[in-house]
Order: sequence, then structure tokens, then C-alpha cells
Amino acid sequence: MATLIKGRRVVTENLFSPKDKVVRLEPTDDPASISLEGVARVEVNFPKFGDGRGYSIARLLRTRYGYRGELRAVGHITRDLLFFMESCGFDAFELREGEDPHEALASFEDFSEAYQACVARPVPLFRRRAV
Amino acid sequence: MYLYDAIDQRLVDERVRQFRDQTRRFLAGQLSEDEFRALRLRNGLYIQRYAPMLRIAIPYGLLSSRQLRKLADIARKYDRGYGHFSTRQNLQLNWPKLEQVPDILAELATVQMHAIQTSGNSFRNVTTDHFAGVAQDEIVDSFVWCEILRQWSTFHPEFSYLPRKFKIAVNGAKADRAAVGVHDIGLHAVRKDNEVGFKVLVGGGLGRTPIVGVVIREFLPWPHLLTYLEAILRVYNRYGRRDNIHKARIKILVKERGADRFRQEVEAEWAHLKDGPDTLIAEEVARVEARFTRPRYESLKDEAPAGEPAFLAWAKRNVHAHKVPGYAAVTLSLKKTGVPPGDVTSDQMDAIADLADRYSFGELRVSHEQNLVLADVRQRDLAALWREARALGLATPNIGLLTNIISCPGGDFCALANAKSIPVAQAIQERFDDLDYLHEIGELDLNISGCINACGHHHVGHIGILGVEKNGEEWYQIEIGGNQAPASLGKVIGPSFAQADIPDVIERLIDCYLERRDSETERFVDVVHRIGIEPFKERVYGHAHQRAPRSHREPVLA
Repeated sequence: MATLIKGRRVVTENLFSPKDKVVRLEPTDDPASISLEGVARVEVNFPKFGDGRGYSIARLLRTRYGYRGELRAVGHITRDLLFFMESCGFDAFELREGEDPHEALASFEDFSEAYQACVARPVPLFRRRAV
Repeated sequence: MYLYDAIDQRLVDERVRQFRDQTRRFLAGQLSEDEFRALRLRNGLYIQRYAPMLRIAIPYGLLSSRQLRKLADIARKYDRGYGHFSTRQNLQLNWPKLEQVPDILAELATVQMHAIQTSGNSFRNVTTDHFAGVAQDEIVDSFVWCEILRQWSTFHPEFSYLPRKFKIAVNGAKADRAAVGVHDIGLHAVRKDNEVGFKVLVGGGLGRTPIVGVVIREFLPWPHLLTYLEAILRVYNRYGRRDNIHKARIKILVKERGADRFRQEVEAEWAHLKDGPDTLIAEEVARVEARFTRPRYESLKDEAPAGEPAFLAWAKRNVHAHKVPGYAAVTLSLKKTGVPPGDVTSDQMDAIADLADRYSFGELRVSHEQNLVLADVRQRDLAALWREARALGLATPNIGLLTNIISCPGGDFCALANAKSIPVAQAIQERFDDLDYLHEIGELDLNISGCINACGHHHVGHIGILGVEKNGEEWYQIEIGGNQAPASLGKVIGPSFAQADIPDVIERLIDCYLERRDSETERFVDVVHRIGIEPFKERVYGHAHQRAPRSHREPVLA
């Protein structure tokens, strides 16, 4: 059992549910080369706090390869990363040990806006400002 | 000045709140040292040799008098009453207290300032020509493009945890005064058939592996700027090395893959992004441009400077041509002998803010040479400004000359340094204190770094000095022939020297130059490029280097 944030809510879930088809990606994996057919969950591993490759993987899965299922960040995750991760298309997060998931929920609101286009905001701020 | 709109301000305020909470959690033991290091660094906070160091962002070096007064206040209230302007056009405070940093950031936010991404493995402050907007050879006003890039690179959700730091420079004029060849990405504005675009260089940089960047695209029309950069950054973020901090910069990726293969990968990635939502629109460029305050110039005529010789010497070195008739740009030298290069006291900052208000529309710029520039001074006010600047110790007429030394803070402050750099700079300034002699030597960039990280840009100094450590002692290696733009890297002349010998070595190099130059217009660096480093080596070492390698511990100069 692990504590999980999913869809901005704290849920408790058996991680090893046998029914789900789960794909786990390491930072060096290429999302172009995996089959997403019937996959219920893609886990992207962040082996270190500062490893930023998973953000690109997530964004590509969502925008280029059309993945719509659960996209879960696992590994060294603290609340400090949630805003960026959600922006890049993650919707589920396994926090590292010791991180309080209820307190962490506030971090989705760390910033109220972003300049860049991303999964959560497909149109960049400058185009929205121009309207 | 670019003036924030409500969203710009809100993001900076939200960052202060976020960092305050992170600091609280660190002090409460909820964040590990490693986690907090990554978080504090992207707020400019280092833990240094004697105390924390806070690096405050001065985006593209542009500063208002109000902001400078706030910096003076902060340095007084939270530090020891002075600050250090760095080669990346930022301001560093050397003695803040960790637990007070959130308060400092909150104060900065009240004047539209911050310390966002001044360190850490993320986009750094975008830098540019300190004569942007006033230069006679202007192609575009690079400040506008820098601000567009500042926004794009601030809190980028995908590219906030890059393999390593990432520095972008923009040059908007014909002459390159932004050193685009030694940045991770260099953008040089080009106008082609009346269309504005950028020549894109990638993979340049100094540090322990100095490399001049390669042109990856000759002409990128401006609407594609952000999508093209995104393509470069995605390739780098995914494939840049993360196993070894010394091989993590994009220059290593470009080198390992080769420029052609790297270009192909970027083009393949760009094919997906081109003409997508991040494609820039004219409305946005116009919006950003309109948020910059502009000087209201009077209609004046050019007039030649006249007055006493000391004023004329200053006007020759520290006053620069301006695109508007009757105006000039003025460099206030922070390179007075006896003062660490780039250091200013709070009282000086207040006085400089007053000068900016009275002489230059309340604005100033920080140059990468660690000086301050008043960019819009009426020529008729130059003499009055000179008298005031001289009284403040800011009128040393040495811009472009040997004593205008670029130097990192070095071992007196920095935890990374192998050797001190400030005392070396001072010893050289003292040796070359004769102004007539200095002017006779002519243009010469002398740059000092206290370690291989090259914050003092020693590779691109005409003379570069690098502090190295041998058996627990501080030694100095000397390079000659480097140049900032067009970028070339200096060559090491031979075994390193003890600190006390440096002024003598510099003097021998200068003697050799003066004998060998064909005219007063041939600069030191030109002579090195023409005749090579051998004659300089012989002058410094005699013929010793040809006989046997010397021990580093053996004094080279008798």
C-alpha cells in the first residue's frame, strides 16, 4: 500500500493490482518505442530529485503519442515538483516517504499561471494575453 | 525598463511564497540537504565558504534607479553594506542569512525583482549587449527579445530540471557585444530582405571545457524563435549527460554527437513543433515592446567634448557613441585600483541611482565587464557628470584598458575557488597605475578566474589568468590570445606562477607586445594572433621552457 495523489485527491491503493496493464518507463526510455495499446497506467520513474527527463517523456506521451490513461510520476517526488509535473501531463503522483500528501495538495496551486504552452495549458500565455 | 503586468508580478510573488515555505520545511527537517540545495539554488542561494551567497537577477542587465536604491537598502539591512556585480550582469550579496532570504526576496518583489533561476540546473539570466537600444549599429532592440525569452524560460514546466545550467545570450547589433559564441545558445539578430531573424549558435561555453559554439541555423525567422529553442532544449533535456556534472553542458552533447547529427535531431524535433501554438505573433512582440519605458529624447546636436585633459581622457575611454544626436552612453568604472572589481557599496549605489535620475532617465545597465552604464546622457552634461562620478570614485578612465579587469570573487569568498583572484587584480592595477602608460598600451582585456569554472571568463581575455591549486598552494596559469567576439580561446603560455610574480609576468608580456606591434592601432591580441605565443613565452620564461619541463614549485622568475 502506498499513499498516492490522483486527480488532485489523496487515495490509498494497492500498487500491485494484477488487473491493470502497467508500463514503467525509466528516464532513458523512448516513449516512441512503447506500445500503449490497452495500457491502463504508465509510470515514469524519477530516480533522482533533479532528474528532468521524465517531464519531456510525459509531455511527449500526452501530446505526440496520444496517451490518455493514468500517467503516474514515481520515484523521488516531493510536493515541490507537483506543479511542473501536472503541467507536463502527469495526473498521479507517488510521493517519496515522509512527504505528507494532504499538505502536498496545496502545491498544485504554487503558481496560478504559466508563460509557456504545456499539456495543462495548451495555449501559451502570450496568445491568451493577445485575445 | 520593462514594466511587469499583473501576471508577471503575481508569478514573482507566488515564487516568494513558495520559497518561504521551502525554507521553513528545510529548517524543520522536512526537506533533505540535497532537495533543498536544488530548490535554493534556483532561487540564487548558495552556501559559500564563509556564509550564504545570494545572487539577485538583473534581467539582461537593465536596472532602474528605484531598483538600485532597493538593492542598496537590502545590502545595508541584510548584508554588510555592499554588493558585487557579476559577469552575468547580476548582483551578488556575500553575507545574507539563510533564514532571512525569503524576506529579501519579498523586498525585491516590491520593485519587480527576484532571484529566480540565477543558479541551479535551469535557464539562467538571459544576457545581452549593454548598449542595447542606443547603439549606432543596432539591428533590433535586443531587450525586447530578451524579455520574451525571460518569460519563456521562467518556470518552464518541462525544462526546469535540465542536466546542467543553461545560458542564452542575445545580440541585437552588428558588432557582437554579447559574446554569443561562448553561450549554450547564442542568438545574433539578422535582418534579411527586411525580415528580422536570428543566427543561432549552440554549444559554446567557457568553464573547464572551453568551446566556441557552432552555427546550427544561419537564419531563423523571429516567429519560430520559441519553437526552435524548444526543439534544442528537448534534445538536450532528454539526451544531455547526467552521469557526470563536468560533461553535462550542451556543448558536450553537441561535441559528442557532432554538429551535423545534433542539427538533424533538432530539425527532426522541430518538425513536430514548427507553426504550433508557441509560434510567436506580432501582437506579443508589440505588447512586450510597449511595456518598456522609453527615454523622451530632446532634439539636440552632437558636440565634441572639450575641457581639461583629465576630462578628455575619460571621455575617450568611458564615453560611447549613441544613436540619437546629442546623446552619449557613459560607463561608470567599478575598477578603481584598490577596490575589488565589480564591488559597490550601498552608499555608492544610492549615489549612482541619483546620477541615473539626473543624467540618464532613471535607468542604468550592468555590463558583463562588471561596470555600470548610463546609456542616455546628454553630451552637454558629460563634464558635469564626470565631476560627480570622479568625486564618487567611479570615473577611472580605463574602459577597454588593462586595468578594467574582469574578475570572479575568487578564494576570498567562493567555496569553489582554488585561488584568490581579487588580490591578483589589485596587484596588477597597482603596477599599471600610470594612466599615460595604460593608454599607450591601448585596448586590452585582462580576465581572472579563481578556478576552472571560469566565472571570470579568463579563456576570452586577451590575457587570461587562471587560479590553480598545486599541493595546497595557489598558483596562476596564464593564457594569451583569447577574445570575446569574434570568440577565440586563449593559449596557455607555460608553467604557472606564484601570486607575487604575476605583475612582473604581465609587464613582460606587455613589453614584448609594445616592441612587436606594428602601430598603435594593432592591439595586444592582434599581435598575439599575428606572431603567435612563442615570442611572448620566450620573453616570460627565457628559453627555459625549451630545455626541460620545470617543476611548478620552482619559482620561474628570479
